[in-house]
Amino acid sequence: MALVQIENVSKIYQTGDVEVAALSDINLSIEKSSFVSFVGPSGSGKTTMLNMIGCLDMPTTGKILVDGKQVDTLNRQKKAAFRGDVIGFIFQSFNLFPVLTAYENIEYPLVMIKNKPARQRKEIILNVLDSVGMLSQKDKFPDQLSGGQKQRVAVARALVTQPKLVMADEPTANLDKESSINVIRLMRDMKDKFGTTFIFSTHDPRIMEEAEITHTLVDGKLA
Amino acid sequence: MIRIFKIALRNLLRYKRRTILTSILITLGIVLVILFSGLAGSFKTMMIGQITDSNLSQMQIHKKGYISSMDTMPLNLTLDTKRYKKIEEILSGNTDVLSFAPRIKLNAMLSNFTDTTNIRLNAISPEQEILVCPDVGSRMTFAKDREQGILLNPGEVIIPEKLAKGMKLKIGDPIVLVANNKDGSVNGLNFTLAGIIESVLGPQGKEGYMHIKDARELLRMDKPEVIEVAIRLHDFDKLNKVYEVISSELAGIINKKGKQEFEIHTWDKLSPFSNIAIMIDFMTITMKLIMIAIVLISILNVMMMSVYERVREIGTMSAIGTSPNRIMSLFLAEGLLLGLLSTITGNIIGLGGIFILNIYKISFAFGRQDNLLLSPTVDVTELLWVSGIVLLISVFATLQPAYKASRMEPVDALGHV
Repeated sequence: MALVQIENVSKIYQTGDVEVAALSDINLSIEKSSFVSFVGPSGSGKTTMLNMIGCLDMPTTGKILVDGKQVDTLNRQKKAAFRGDVIGFIFQSFNLFPVLTAYENIEYPLVMIKNKPARQRKEIILNVLDSVGMLSQKDKFPDQLSGGQKQRVAVARALVTQPKLVMADEPTANLDKESSINVIRLMRDMKDKFGTTFIFSTHDPRIMEEAEITHTLVDGKLA
Repeated sequence: MIRIFKIALRNLLRYKRRTILTSILITLGIVLVILFSGLAGSFKTMMIGQITDSNLSQMQIHKKGYISSMDTMPLNLTLDTKRYKKIEEILSGNTDVLSFAPRIKLNAMLSNFTDTTNIRLNAISPEQEILVCPDVGSRMTFAKDREQGILLNPGEVIIPEKLAKGMKLKIGDPIVLVANNKDGSVNGLNFTLAGIIESVLGPQGKEGYMHIKDARELLRMDKPEVIEVAIRLHDFDKLNKVYEVISSELAGIINKKGKQEFEIHTWDKLSPFSNIAIMIDFMTITMKLIMIAIVLISILNVMMMSVYERVREIGTMSAIGTSPNRIMSLFLAEGLLLGLLSTITGNIIGLGGIFILNIYKISFAFGRQDNLLLSPTVDVTELLWVSGIVLLISVFATLQPAYKASRMEPVDALGHV
């Protein structure tokens, strides 16, 4: 069974009296352990698509199943718990907590979401820090790290709970060329290492080349 | 839980200036309440002490109806030996009662052989009176060569200072007291002016003193009668409790007409200072309300700003799976911690202030007594109450911003600019 199943999904935003269709009648399935990109120009619906799959937003019509569960029917509390269990997130602006060190940022989901005991946490965090090459920077706060380093920490935070799916909305948009390629390759290495499914959006052609499967969105429709 | 407080502390330190300013404001409120409560409480305690220990006593028992007609000092509402014995039994049987003393209150005419004026007199048994009102002597001026410790001998009278001035009387001068007894017959006796007493608050503070034996002779009482029984307790804080006990015992004593025989009053029902005491309490409560408002507004403001500035962060928390309750608890911990840090600082500074005020004591004069020193103290219960209320208000003020944070839709919060 596919990890993500999207059936007849549309999303319409109401702006005053005007209705804007961000996504129109999308049907799609994404298999486990795949490395999928959504590409398309600005306003094509990439972010909306990722928000739907990541259970951050609800479709206007249609059905979304993630890991066999219909997520569009879950309430706020259950959706949060589901995201914590199944999905990891990497953001364009890194979104690390500024008051926590790299180590603590990665530890956050284990403490605040998974309630893992301290003894188990340390080993998991050091492993994942090592995997993303940030072990030596673990005690630094986000403002002491470069953009590429921040995104590596963000990748580690997304992976530390061993989610089945990682969503990354334009993860390289705030990075230079070299860092962008490094981060995408890191994500692919992590996919190979942990068997995690990665779904990311981009409009950078060099990054698109790294994806195994590429879906192109134009005006809210799959091209 | 520790992790939540650790994150909360770091978030507070993230906006150092704002946190420090808010904390200073709350701290000042707490310090103000502690100092004001300490000073006002000390002033109140001292004044009540002055009134009860030098004049009124802590409680008084009379024949029913006396207090309502006390301005005329009626002599027909006396307690005879039998009734006094009943009161004596009740008071002797109560372990909270330290001492009690009989008194006769009377109006008389005072003459210096040239002029005559009226005087209110408090006839006392000096040995018992000193046990009930241990500071009564502190209001009196005697002859320099008078033996120490003797309040009043038979044949002596102590009169209010204004009266002495008006009648041009000096200590040692002979005087005559003339009084009507309850049957209307007039009697006069010679006395020596032994001392002068200053006034204290209230009508009872303008009375002269004479020996109870002399009063009985002047009023031609065949048998010893008493008008007032003054009472002192071991522990003033038990006043209301002991009052209830004695009051219920006295209520059981009924006269031949089936009506209650005695009445009992605590000092506050007998002195106008009780209104000042109520005002002091009211002002203390007002100070506490001001402090509550300071805490409420400052923390609410700071937490609302905190939530507004961290919308994207809240979106991230929510997106990665933090439950709404946990997001709420993160912000509640922040508000609570801000209140807690301010409370600890406020208590330390407040207690330091009380300590300093006790070293450099504030002195004031009250009547003849100069150099009365205020020694402010703060009750532990009071301190706990103030601290508890600040913490409670801190959490209460954070509720709305914390709830708002917990209800944010991650997709909207992440898109916030």
